[in-house]
Amino acid sequence: MSASSSNTTATLSAEDIGKIANLSQLAFNANQAAEYAQSLNKILGLMQDLQSIDTTGIEPLKSPFDNPQPLRADVVTEPNLRDAYQAVAPATQDGLYLVPRVIESE
Amino acid sequence: MTDLHHLSIRELGDGLSSKRFSSVELTQHYLNRIQRLDTSINSYVTVTNELALAQAAAADAAIAAGQAGALTGIPLAHKDIFCTKGVKTTAGSKMLDNFISPYNATVVEKALTAGLVTLGKVNMDEFAMGSSNENSYYGATKNPWALDRVPGGSSGGSAAAVAADLAPFSTGTDTGGSIRQPASFCGLTGIKPTYGRVSRFGMIAYASSFDQAGPIARSAEDCAYLLGAIAGHDAKDSTSVNRATEDYVAQLNQPLAGTRIGIPRQYFNMAGLDADVKTSIAAALKQLEQLGATLVEIDLSTTDAAIPAYYLLASAEASSNLSRYDGVRYGYRCENPANLTDLYLRSRSEGFGSEVQRRILIGTYALSAGYYDAYYVKAQKVRRLIQNDFLKAFEQVDFIAGPTAPTTAYKIGEKQDPVAMYLGDIYTIAVNLAGLPAISAPVGFDTAGLPVGLQLIGNYWSEARLLSIVHQYQQHTDWHTQRAAVAKEGV
Repeated sequence: MSASSSNTTATLSAEDIGKIANLSQLAFNANQAAEYAQSLNKILGLMQDLQSIDTTGIEPLKSPFDNPQPLRADVVTEPNLRDAYQAVAPATQDGLYLVPRVIESE
Repeated sequence: MTDLHHLSIRELGDGLSSKRFSSVELTQHYLNRIQRLDTSINSYVTVTNELALAQAAAADAAIAAGQAGALTGIPLAHKDIFCTKGVKTTAGSKMLDNFISPYNATVVEKALTAGLVTLGKVNMDEFAMGSSNENSYYGATKNPWALDRVPGGSSGGSAAAVAADLAPFSTGTDTGGSIRQPASFCGLTGIKPTYGRVSRFGMIAYASSFDQAGPIARSAEDCAYLLGAIAGHDAKDSTSVNRATEDYVAQLNQPLAGTRIGIPRQYFNMAGLDADVKTSIAAALKQLEQLGATLVEIDLSTTDAAIPAYYLLASAEASSNLSRYDGVRYGYRCENPANLTDLYLRSRSEGFGSEVQRRILIGTYALSAGYYDAYYVKAQKVRRLIQNDFLKAFEQVDFIAGPTAPTTAYKIGEKQDPVAMYLGDIYTIAVNLAGLPAISAPVGFDTAGLPVGLQLIGNYWSEARLLSIVHQYQQHTDWHTQRAAVAKEGV
């Protein structure tokens, strides 16, 4: 992943895939990484076609209607549904979500 | 009453209100069919037997009390992407295999308000990423017209269930063609409304600036009933547009005469366009012309740019949307995580299938430092060019017509290469980039007996007109009444 923003002739190595996987919070073995490198390179090849399109002076379109976000009065409208929402959590205790210990003990 | 599954939505409503049959009888009829026939189709992930019969009994009570609406007591199937309170909602993913939704999507809520009965949740490509329904954790859904072929995707279960008469109609979602292409592959009618017409609240997100819900049914008339029930502004979805709803059924008989239909040159000069599809589409266009439409050749020069722009932007949005699946608050959690990082990495890697991971990787890459401008912003600029191209076309014509897909349904396992699969979305995808409404309707069969779909694209908010054009066409043709062998079976 050493290309500059103007150079997008992409060929991703399995090592590059590892870096992207890390950013994506995904992990896989060397075989899978090689497989993803191959399909991603093919897809990025397809996306190269965009570079030849002249977009000078064109504003990016983020959503079909560039409507402003609707605003509402700053008042509480929702009831507390914590128990219902935590009923589907893998592990909770006293209203808190449980995860493996983050601070290692001495 | 062995042929209840051959009745249209209007006929079902008439039968219920005149008490020729009850909602419980009708619902039980469909549940029996599902139990007997879905083993060969695999369209349902979850069948909600008890819930359906309880809703049907409530509908019968409402009918007896004279409080029924046009749809009270009619069953439907929901794509398993719509959160359904107390019911497993999986989005076709192992990640959500254990997810019992604590709330209803607005679409589900509106269907309940209309008195519709929930038969169950239907199969789909994982997180709506796919065009064949093969990317489901619950196995591929089979096309009722040929069981060795795909029903299309991602709303493949929604289409297969209706095509096999395992539901009178169903909800689907369309991010890049996921209502229209399965409708095309299964010989059905399906409409993707204007972006913002149907609430996305409680609809599991894939690409938020593209996702839009809509109906899949046998006819434009059946679609009109369901779209009318689920459309409308919703304060819970900030992209829902505050615009009055319409009575789509009442507008079905608008005359076709004088309608100008644009035929993009680019649509018919494609290398991958099947000859049989081309023939059926040409015949359908001729029929529309005979019904009073004027055909006008137009240019949509950005057609080829749609696939790369879409797969870049949709993947970028997906990589962000799917970051919520972390093994902490809901969904799959890996066994015995060593630490928090291990929990995140393994829960996500074990919970997501390979196409979902591929799109997360592409999207993350496109959004990463050094590539953001060259890929993501560039694709957004191309997105505006595509929108401009359509708006320019709509200065000349009222609608744009062409094939929904370049081929008919292909064999399960036939397309292993993701890029080959993406290229099949060429006709549907630009519509989502622009946020326009479009409908697919059956207009013939190829030499193998597989259905062909015609796509009509309209300007913003032209759903009523799109439905009426197809309705007029369906008054003069019988493609939409043809049934696959499995649907002809009585129970």
